Amino acid sequence: MKAGYIPLVDAAPLIIAREIGFAEEEGLALNLQAAPSWAQLRDQLMMGQIEAAHLLFPMPIAAALGLGGFNTRIDILQVLSLNGNSIGVSRELAQRLRAQGFGFDFADARAAGEALKAARSGPLRVGVPFPFSMHAELLHHWFGALGMTAPDDFEMRTVPPPLMAEALGAGEIDAFCVGAPWGSIAVELGAGELLLPGNAIRTNAPEKVLAVRHDWAEAEPRLTRRLMRAVWQATRWLNSESNLLTAAEILSRPKYLDLPAELIERSLTGDLVISPRGEMRHTPNYMTFHAGAASYPWASQAALVAAKLAARMGLAPEKAIPAARAICRTDLYATNLADLGADLPATRDKHEGALSAPTQVDAAQGRVILPADSFFDGWIFDPPSAS
Amino acid sequence: MPETLSIIVVETDPERAGLITDSLKDTGLYKITVIPETTGLARRIAEINPDIVLIDMASPSRDMLEELTLASGPLERPVAMFVDRADSSATKAAIDAGVSAYVVDGLRADRIKPIMDAAIARFHMVQRMRTELLTTKRALEERKVIDRAKGLLMKARGLDEDAAYALLRKTAMDQGKKVADVAAALVTAAGLLS
Repeated sequence: MKAGYIPLVDAAPLIIAREIGFAEEEGLALNLQAAPSWAQLRDQLMMGQIEAAHLLFPMPIAAALGLGGFNTRIDILQVLSLNGNSIGVSRELAQRLRAQGFGFDFADARAAGEALKAARSGPLRVGVPFPFSMHAELLHHWFGALGMTAPDDFEMRTVPPPLMAEALGAGEIDAFCVGAPWGSIAVELGAGELLLPGNAIRTNAPEKVLAVRHDWAEAEPRLTRRLMRAVWQATRWLNSESNLLTAAEILSRPKYLDLPAELIERSLTGDLVISPRGEMRHTPNYMTFHAGAASYPWASQAALVAAKLAARMGLAPEKAIPAARAICRTDLYATNLADLGADLPATRDKHEGALSAPTQVDAAQGRVILPADSFFDGWIFDPPSAS
Repeated sequence: MPETLSIIVVETDPERAGLITDSLKDTGLYKITVIPETTGLARRIAEINPDIVLIDMASPSRDMLEELTLASGPLERPVAMFVDRADSSATKAAIDAGVSAYVVDGLRADRIKPIMDAAIARFHMVQRMRTELLTTKRALEERKVIDRAKGLLMKARGLDEDAAYALLRKTAMDQGKKVADVAAALVTAAGLLS
């Protein structure tokens, strides 16, 4: 079967499933194809040129809401990764922030946001890789909580990650939010400095998902099962710190990311170089593939994104939220992964952002410990009509 | 007489852009603008305000156009992807040819069709040329490496050219590798040892 991905560090579960042999173990011939753009990857999936794809979490939700692409239902089988984005600013803006006395702690979203508000002149132009992305969602939440509104205080522009550093250098944008390793590349090229990791805004935000056509999952239950098992085992492999060096080497190969392994390793370990002067910051859980039921496709996470998209695009939330919840295949997750020992929460929903510390919740069998998950401003999403 | 349609072709390579605009000119009277892929793409397109945007599907800049499909401001024109409303065979043809078209909403299908037909045919050709060029380039590079490896073997082992090539081929077969890969390994090793 063919699966498409965008060459990013968080495509690792698919690449590792193939290269370390989890796909083969499941009897799955996994053929991976890199796509040039998110829009192209989505269209390939919708038109049946590929069977599965590594997508931005909000993309299948946008599709369920009728935003962009064709009218084809895409289902979320599991979450591939949490977090892994970084927010960076141009060198000029970085200089102004330093002149204000900002310390670039790479941790405090409120302090960084307030400093940014004071340093900007006119609306802040921020590059994101795609209109329907967690990058856009995180920025909307961050700016919103700081009292900034579009278009007077900020403007979001779509810039493909490989062009992000260039756009920053050319003065097309003042800041960006981008997935690994493109933030590190902007630093390497001297185009900008990193201000915050994505998880400073929300501790455990879903980032990429494994998506298939709804009709395909229904027609091919056995292939769906093999795919899910191979990818889930790859995330478990990636959870072990001793495997990260190997993962970085595999991802760096010309046929995958074709970028230096050292840059990739920074994102996997969370040891990021934040400025061209070589300042380092360590961010625990910069990018998570597996721990704390990370792969479980919570319906409430999709409901949250649907509610936000509906509000921004002028759609009815009472239609958008059920449509988004329906595509989260917690049912397939339980059927296909239970015997592998995957954590199976007993419900499809949780209060998003409500965990200030690791918390035990009911599971199908026994208990599951969920990691802390909160927004920097303490906001909590209470999913309506949870069922 | 309907107004002249304004078309934007997003293409960095001037030669390829030329081929595409020429083929479009044959099908009717259009105002055609070529924009290379730049970071300011969406802004440039908004300034020109075209009826149709054609872009290579292999271009990462396609995501910048996705923004245009969401335009909702009073002065912005809604843009839809051509393939959205076309019949599925036309959609498939466009995808196979590797062209995406963004079309202003409300444009009549009979005005779009000749443009898309021409674009699809041309993109097909451009894609084929690109593949051919890549294959030729690779073949040339492989031949160069094999020649160097042959030269190294001839010098080090006193073989003639045919015997040197036979040795490379036998080694490749024994190891289940391509001759070019064995040759490349030999050249690298020789470089390290010299």
